Amino acid sequence: MRKTTSLAPKSKRPLKASSKVPAKAAGARQSITISTKATLPKELQLSIYDLMIKSRVLEERLIKVYKTGDAYFWIGGAGEEAFGVPLGLLTHKGHGPEYDYLHLHYRATPTMIALGMPMIDSLRLMMNRVTDPSTGGRNFCNHYCFPQWNVVPVTSPIEVQYGMAIGTAVAQRRRWYTAGGKTPASGKKSISIVSGGDAGSAEGDFASSLIWASRPGFELPMLITVQNNKWGISTSYDTQHGEKNVADRGKAFGIRTAIVNGNDPIETYLALQTEIDYIRKTGKPVLAEFHLSRIYGHSSATGANREPDVCPIELFEKKLVDQKWIKPHETKELWKRYDEESREAAEQVRKEPVPTRESIWDNIYVGSENADWRKF
Amino acid sequence: MANMAQAIRMALHVGETRLGVTDIFGQDVGAPLGGVFTASQGLKNTWNSPLDERGIIATAIGLGLAGDRCVAEIQFADYIFNTIDLLKMAGNTLWCSNGQYNLPIVVMTPVGAGIRGSIYHSHSFDAWATRLPGWKVVIPSTPLDAYGLLISAIKDPNPVLFLNPKSLMRVRGTELIPGEPADEKELKNMIDQPVDDRKHQWRPKWPQLEEFEIPIGKGKIVREGDRATVVSYGRTLPLCAKVADMLREEGVAIEVIDLRSLYPYDWQMIKASVHKTGRVLFVNEDTEVTNFGEHLAFRATQDLFYELLARPRVLAGKNVPGIGLHPNLEEASVPHLEDILHEVRELLGEVP
Ligand SMILES: Cc1ncc(C[n+]2csc(CCOP(=O)(O)OP(=O)(O)O)c2C)c(N)n1
Ligand SMILES: [Mg+2]
Repeated sequence: MRKTTSLAPKSKRPLKASSKVPAKAAGARQSITISTKATLPKELQLSIYDLMIKSRVLEERLIKVYKTGDAYFWIGGAGEEAFGVPLGLLTHKGHGPEYDYLHLHYRATPTMIALGMPMIDSLRLMMNRVTDPSTGGRNFCNHYCFPQWNVVPVTSPIEVQYGMAIGTAVAQRRRWYTAGGKTPASGKKSISIVSGGDAGSAEGDFASSLIWASRPGFELPMLITVQNNKWGISTSYDTQHGEKNVADRGKAFGIRTAIVNGNDPIETYLALQTEIDYIRKTGKPVLAEFHLSRIYGHSSATGANREPDVCPIELFEKKLVDQKWIKPHETKELWKRYDEESREAAEQVRKEPVPTRESIWDNIYVGSENADWRKF
Repeated sequence: MANMAQAIRMALHVGETRLGVTDIFGQDVGAPLGGVFTASQGLKNTWNSPLDERGIIATAIGLGLAGDRCVAEIQFADYIFNTIDLLKMAGNTLWCSNGQYNLPIVVMTPVGAGIRGSIYHSHSFDAWATRLPGWKVVIPSTPLDAYGLLISAIKDPNPVLFLNPKSLMRVRGTELIPGEPADEKELKNMIDQPVDDRKHQWRPKWPQLEEFEIPIGKGKIVREGDRATVVSYGRTLPLCAKVADMLREEGVAIEVIDLRSLYPYDWQMIKASVHKTGRVLFVNEDTEVTNFGEHLAFRATQDLFYELLARPRVLAGKNVPGIGLHPNLEEASVPHLEDILHEVRELLGEVP
């Protein structure tokens, strides 16, 4: 594990699986650059940058915690910051169907940080503490659950969230119509946002979301996103997908589609804003595909080492520095400050209690009504 | 007296008008058909879903996450199998979220043999259902129980699987549903959609129904006796009751328990009965290997070993891949009256 949080990869060794992978699969991503035309206010850009660093530092802390043996597994969102942070910022956050629902997958730390999750809560999940607000120590890291922001439980089975998002969107659509087209008291019409990987789009649940979201006369306010990092563990995109873009599949259903450089936070922010506005206005779905990076490989199962993939933060940082919106030493301080915060949080979590054995019977039914057959 | 399809329809009516049910959906559940067994005719919150079972269960989960109450239907239990991981997830959502997200949803699905349904309209789901922790599982054998259990299922804040034995859907009850008109014809005129309603102008006239609940987890003694206990549910329950009536004519009184709820289940009722009789048979039609009756028989052996005068028995469906269409095949695969009578006689005749 690297000692500092410097962005430069220590070794530029090739991807492990590269022997089986066509060269262009890995190479395709190198063409991603930061667009210079699109823009956002300076303040907003700096705060996106800040949140991206915070999220990355947190993920790197989670990896350290894994590598020092304080956790069993790591999987996370390092490399998805330029997508996840804008998503969190653009979510109409709150509890219940009057607000947006987030059906996330296991790479959503940037979104959670942007929503306002404290670093320590991610570490509590990572280290299976009873204080973990998502699962009470029951589930893997990055399997977030925050009802106050409609972040419904992240689960391991790939793609099931695409089906569940239909249900929350049906609940929201009902409220749109019972409100007679008026804007609800919460201020905005709410939508269901779902995210997941490129490989997972092969599951039937992905097709379900397209079919159910586009039924004539029953269209659903859904933002269906795909985070295309060109990999499913070790299987490359090019070897599995006959369709050029995953987003093309939306066209058959008359669903509006977008393909976005998900390594550029400005382009992503603007695209998300446009698509979300469209959904709030029309009540109709959007399928948006974001091309982005996987900085530490798939998970700790594949080593969780820095891989030679484009780093969205590195690109964005360079742009901000070149523009003189931030000074190089200020960037270093930011990384350091978050590193310190994450280290202290990890120290604190180490001291926190773990779940008890008896607690396996808690919360099987509401109010922990007895679910143990021995006591029937 | 209402049949089970009418009883379900009436419970759904109470559900959508008084208990906050927002969506009753599944394949052909809405107009014009109102369900392949007509159980959802004339309701206002019904709609037809795409032909996508995973989509149906996932949508139910999403509705539950949003706090809405729904009743989702899988047209036949034979087609529920590709949703099993979603069912697992619905059952573990509260637990995984450490108490933060409950799913107040009901999934209904017709189960079992008995209508000459061939290989893919005869599957049982009860043994599978009891392997889905976090769900409550109910299976009525009478229209009144179907009504009361469905109302309890709708009110329950947990996911509830409502298995309706398809061979009993048209069987009339012997007890009136509270509020149901005593005259069968009158009920039919009120709530059955006329077959010739081509223009869909028909509207039901609902009786003034009561919110009658059958508590989940409570069985029912349908025949009293002291010589042996027979525990069953669903399609085989009325057969067990008939066997009890036949034996009573021979002067032998056996107790028959309709379990009604598979999880949680009424162990106290089984226990009290076996204390009295010392002999117990568990009857159901799901396949016999890793069968729910086996769990109950195991428990009887563990908890009641010294009360028993004979080994606990299980009579279940043969462990074959499907239920063949020809009556010979079906009768050889799942328990019928003769099989139950034979097994009860063996149980009664066993000498310790
Ligand atoms: C239904 C299911 N099958 C297999 C797995 C094991 N698995 C975990 S992640 C993964 C690859 C997912 O790739 P992708 O959808 O592209 O998402 P990414 O990890 O690249 O973000 C697989 C096969 C799983 N979790 N769920
Ligand atoms: Mg991928």
